[in-house]
Amino acid sequence: MTVMSYRDAVRGAIREAMQSDPRVFLMGEDVGHYGGCYAVSKGLLEEFGPERIRDTPLSESGFTGAGIGAAMGGLRPIVEIMTCNFSLLALDQIMNNAATIRHMSGGQFNVPVVIRMATGGGRQLGAQHSHSLEGWYAHIPGIRVLAPGTVADAGGMLAPALDDPDPVLIFENALLYNDTADVDWPASVDIDHAAVRREGTDISLITYGGSLGKTLAAADQLAAEGISAEVLDLRVLRPLDEDAILATVARTRRCVIVDEGWQSGSISAEIMARIIEKGFWYLDAPLARVCSKEVPIPYAHHLEEAALPSITGIVEACRAVLGR
Amino acid sequence: MTQASPKVWLDRQHCRELLHQMIRIRRFEEKCAELYTQEKIRGFLHLYIGEEAVAVGVMQALLPEDAIVATYREHGHALVRGVPAGSIMAEMYGKQEGCSRGRGGSMHLFDAARRFYGGNAIVGGGMPVATGLALADAMMARKQVTACFFGEGAAAEGEFHESMNLAALWRLPVLFVCENNLYAMGTALELSESQTDISAKAAAYNMQAEAVDGMNVVEVEAAARRAVAAIRETGAPYFLECRTYRFRAHSMYDPQLYRDKAEVERWTGRGPIKRFTEWALEAGEIRQADIDEIEKLVAEEVAGAVAFAEAGTFEPVADLARDVGAERRP
Ligand SMILES: Cc1ncc(C[n+]2csc(CCOP(=O)(O)OP(=O)(O)O)c2C)c(N)n1
Repeated sequence: MTVMSYRDAVRGAIREAMQSDPRVFLMGEDVGHYGGCYAVSKGLLEEFGPERIRDTPLSESGFTGAGIGAAMGGLRPIVEIMTCNFSLLALDQIMNNAATIRHMSGGQFNVPVVIRMATGGGRQLGAQHSHSLEGWYAHIPGIRVLAPGTVADAGGMLAPALDDPDPVLIFENALLYNDTADVDWPASVDIDHAAVRREGTDISLITYGGSLGKTLAAADQLAAEGISAEVLDLRVLRPLDEDAILATVARTRRCVIVDEGWQSGSISAEIMARIIEKGFWYLDAPLARVCSKEVPIPYAHHLEEAALPSITGIVEACRAVLGR
Repeated sequence: MTQASPKVWLDRQHCRELLHQMIRIRRFEEKCAELYTQEKIRGFLHLYIGEEAVAVGVMQALLPEDAIVATYREHGHALVRGVPAGSIMAEMYGKQEGCSRGRGGSMHLFDAARRFYGGNAIVGGGMPVATGLALADAMMARKQVTACFFGEGAAAEGEFHESMNLAALWRLPVLFVCENNLYAMGTALELSESQTDISAKAAAYNMQAEAVDGMNVVEVEAAARRAVAAIRETGAPYFLECRTYRFRAHSMYDPQLYRDKAEVERWTGRGPIKRFTEWALEAGEIRQADIDEIEKLVAEEVAGAVAFAEAGTFEPVADLARDVGAERRP
């Protein structure tokens, strides 16, 4: 076991991938000389040189598309988009090229690119730097969407993502980079399944990414009130692990979904729909969810707190579902 | 056999070849228009008629290991690259014998064996991908060139500028070919660009750039050979602006309100096939019998392509979700 931060885990995974496969390289804004906007790639330029730790101009569409082309040309690029907010400038490449080319070419071409980006709010960065777009990207067939919520997942998801013959998007919640944990290293995880992070019998809490910590904290509080909550970490937002979702609901018969995305048209809405379609008869109570309020995320601390899912909000939602 | 020669050798055989390729495109496209009115081909259909000299000229300079990224107006490029006419036609029929199994249609022709990377229907969208293909070549020390075709309309897109900068900054072996036909749908170049000299934009990125008469196949070929030789030698990108004109509507939905007939007639009067034929006949490089022979071969090929498409089959609906992702992952 090794104690390390979420940031160190991502860096370690990048380093190991680059050591073991000469086709792997990292490119993005400030990944090299600056050391990564979140210091994820700090030190890698010195180790691997500027060809493979490749600083790019501020051209999200250009370098994301170049990553797609390089992947089709035989390399295994890791494209880092500083934050998901800026990924909107690369949306054309992600959605119109990476996600479509295999199907549209009748299976002749595939795009083995990994695109990492920071996501989430909670740092008083205002409306243009606080988006949670992972649920949005999970709308798109042809890509896999990962949301590592633990240090082990942060370290372990990259290798299988690079092995995937198709595009994989990894959303790293920026609030998690300083989290530390004692993990098995090298981390080895799959990128197919959700994981039960806490077992319980009274209610299921389904969440992912940056909301996992809050949800586990809420489960602790509920335990003190005599409520046993199970916490399911989705880990993979596309394709959804529907079996795990239905299984937890079948066990507890009640469910609250916690999602930092806005409620309308969110991944939480999709999960609810699947439960209603396939698990309706398991339910003893209406479903509920805790999402971000439908506002651009504000700067002022108290307003931002009010806009994002909170531990109290999760606890209250659970009490309401349980009629307590 | 295609030679990576920087010079054009205009012997009789090569003249015949250039003419043959241009006529192949012209007749194939005319057939497509006809089949569209019969509703055999649906969706968007963009014809290359009038611009044949560009694809034919540029393709002469490329080798089988080079890559091609094109736009939705790419039937001609696919044909000259060697994608069988039947598989292109079958694609437009939506048949599984098509070069993209019927999933792409006219705008999305793909052919892995010929390193033909589409058929991109987002204006400018293929440019970053071409840059990335060249990045892979550069990083793997492969002496290959990626040819990227696009219209002058793309010059207004951010992806154009981002790709030009990346390719020049990183010295990537891309041949950028701008097919400047003066209109982006109905918007004339001077209505959309503050600087209408497109090659000057490329030069601003510190890239070797030149503009050529895109209605003259020999001039295009000569420029492309120069460009490709330079790219192979230096590894750096090269920009070729081919000034040309689209004789037909933008797509089959376009009533052409934005230009008058006289303008179109001026251009068709100096069309690439007409001009080259007149010159080659006068120079004695080809004879009328050669032209007749070419027309006969092409008519057979086009008829064969239609027959192949007609005889094709539709992919079972059960396969709809096939190839969204890999069937098996490691
Ligand atoms: C990003 C984008 N915007 C708009 C369109 C719609 N559109 C299709 S073709 C076209 C004109 C493009 O003109 P140009 O690049 O000069 O190529 P041409 O059609 O003349 O070959 C437009 C506006 C598109 N396909 N993609």
